[in-house]
Amino acid sequence: MKLSGADIIVRTLIEQKCDVVFGYPGGQILNVYDSLYKYQNELRHVLTAHEQGAAHAADGYARATGKVGVVIATSGPGATNLVTGIATAYLDSVPLVAITGNVPNAQLGSDSFQEIDITGITLPITKHNYIVGDVSELADTIREAFRLAMSDRPGPVLIDVPKDVQIAVGDYEPAEPVQPYEKIQAKDIRIEQAASCINSSERPFVYFGGGLVSSGAAEEMLELAELTDAPIGCSLMGISGVPTDHPRFLGMQGMHGHYASSMAMHRADCIIALGVRFNDRVTGDRTKFATGAKIVHIDVDGAELAKTVTPAHALRGDLKKTLTKLLPLIEKKSHPDWQKKVAELRREEAQTLDNRDGMTPRRAIMTLNSHLGENTPVATDVGQHQMWAAQNLNFKRCRRFITSGGLGTMGFGMGGAIGAGIGVGERAVLVTGDGSFGMCLNELATAVSNNIPLVILLMNNGVLGMVRQWQTLFFDKHYSNTILDRKTDFVALAKAFGADGERVETPEELDAALTRAFAFEGTYLVECMIDKDEFVLPMLPPGGSMDDMIVKVGD
Amino acid sequence: MNGNFTIAILVENNFGVLNRVTSMFRRRRFNIKCLTVSETESAEYSRITIIAEGSKADKKQLIDQLYKLPVVTAIKELSDSVAVTSELLLIKVKNDPETRPLVRDAAEAFGAKTVDYTRESVMMQMTGGTHRVDAFIDLMRDYGIIEICRTGVVSLERGSSTIRKEEM
Ligand SMILES: Cc1ncc(C[n+]2csc(CCOP(=O)(O)OP(=O)(O)O)c2C)c(N)n1
Ligand SMILES: [Mg+2]
Repeated sequence: MKLSGADIIVRTLIEQKCDVVFGYPGGQILNVYDSLYKYQNELRHVLTAHEQGAAHAADGYARATGKVGVVIATSGPGATNLVTGIATAYLDSVPLVAITGNVPNAQLGSDSFQEIDITGITLPITKHNYIVGDVSELADTIREAFRLAMSDRPGPVLIDVPKDVQIAVGDYEPAEPVQPYEKIQAKDIRIEQAASCINSSERPFVYFGGGLVSSGAAEEMLELAELTDAPIGCSLMGISGVPTDHPRFLGMQGMHGHYASSMAMHRADCIIALGVRFNDRVTGDRTKFATGAKIVHIDVDGAELAKTVTPAHALRGDLKKTLTKLLPLIEKKSHPDWQKKVAELRREEAQTLDNRDGMTPRRAIMTLNSHLGENTPVATDVGQHQMWAAQNLNFKRCRRFITSGGLGTMGFGMGGAIGAGIGVGERAVLVTGDGSFGMCLNELATAVSNNIPLVILLMNNGVLGMVRQWQTLFFDKHYSNTILDRKTDFVALAKAFGADGERVETPEELDAALTRAFAFEGTYLVECMIDKDEFVLPMLPPGGSMDDMIVKVGD
Repeated sequence: MNGNFTIAILVENNFGVLNRVTSMFRRRRFNIKCLTVSETESAEYSRITIIAEGSKADKKQLIDQLYKLPVVTAIKELSDSVAVTSELLLIKVKNDPETRPLVRDAAEAFGAKTVDYTRESVMMQMTGGTHRVDAFIDLMRDYGIIEICRTGVVSLERGSSTIRKEEM
């Protein structure tokens, strides 16, 4: 059938089983918005306050559902406002399709009004991008973009559509939703070698990341840990990949990772790394990192293998497919000495836990835990509050922790929470800080207008706490530009946006406030007062090794 | 251990493709010493030949990152032992009666052809491996080089095998 390019865009999105898009209109994307009007019963559009919020919302939706998130923006400033959102998705391997309008083909390259080279700008932060030259290529380009975004290591893809292509009439034939490219399995011989390495280990450790979540291989991973009698740790991106209270799970690795998890990995003789990078935040000083361990590294992205640490066995392949082949070769083992050591590390960790009375960060998150449903998605912003959340939140289901790991984007939170809430169809939670919230509070308008049930736990310490922590430790307490001490009344602000909220100072007040918040129809902000000098601990100083870990202040 | 390696890359023949490849080199800080591009036997593909410097790990990383670009369809490392590698040089030197015979002798020894001749200058053209070209340029320094331009290397595997494989 014959349709306009704009209609083809919307029809192709519907055909690809996209049920919601996030975006913001403007001159060079008006035709697409006219089609969105026409097809509003088949495709929901959520208008945000800012394109960055729309990109983060599409990202949050994708993280929570595993589906491709879609964001739409106009040319020029609309497109550039997407950049931080696209980069956030790129660094965390989130499948995202961004569609931007642009000036007509004939005007491209002439610095027309609101013309920007968005394919040039996003080249290093997308898996691939397109500028559509002709309406005949439009539908297939969108399909290919979906396919690329979801295949192998997922990531964002951008499609720039000049206005004349949106107006032009072309042929459209509906097609089936695209499937990812065939999943690769690591070579058999490599799998056999890895198996014998794992079988001969005495102190195995399973370390997984976001790749395990996107491959859906949690079950296989747990079976591997069971067979090898290994404890499990994860990266920040892996959190919620297995239930937090799983008996083998020691928690997060990294600069602020759990003590027992980091120490156990450091002492292991075999680290089985699944869909995870050995990022500088995890290894610290690379030369001193897990020197006694052989590393078996499985990842779908060959370029991650041997990028930072040198594995004994590097297997390029889809995790689920590769683990399925590997499991039958793994011998059932038990390592009582190793388990004893792990238990000892757990006991040491328990002694370092913050059990002070009063409104401590840990207590705030523990209080939140008691209100979370099994299915509640929890998004965060970036800073100390993010680490407190990562360390202490209790998850039962996969894809429920929504956080910007690789880019560490302050201002991700509101969009991320809105997108995740819409994706899951449940009340979402945002844990944010006073600094970060200032970068995305405009999206309160989006949450309120769209009746999105949302609980915002704003941990207000009056400072850019994470930066302050570094200034305390490494810059002689020169608190340069990290004391916010703003006069913002966050509760009044929430009310001004049409939300509701309250401020609390004690754990008891917090508990009661959260009860009201979770019963509230709509968006509810709980401003929780936290001391400005609270620390995120433990801390592995940048470039340090496990021996340098700061476990308690004053160490 | 750092060294030079030569890699041939088959890419889609569209505008912006070279930019995608070189942008990745820049972003990931690969040290590219030489790069040539041209169309191939098929109008659908272009062929990029690069010489890069680095360790074995750098080479692996470069190839792995190249594979992730959707525009890249094939990659092959071409070592001297399996491939013929050549480049073209245009060199303009002073035309001085005193040195003219010496220039002519050297040109003959290197198989360089005179392609332009004026009272003040002689332009020669030669092809050969990088070392040969380097050596010829070095010789010419004594006679006053006015300007040079070289293409960078192109490289093709010996025998009937090609860069295109069934699978990547
Ligand atoms: C967009 C952006 N700008 C700057 C930073 C650097 N940064 C990291 S954490 C942080 C402080 C965050 O403050 P807040 O949101 O109040 O969280 P807190 O650490 O106090 O819990 C800053 C400025 C960042 N990660 N992102
Ligand atoms: Mg703060």
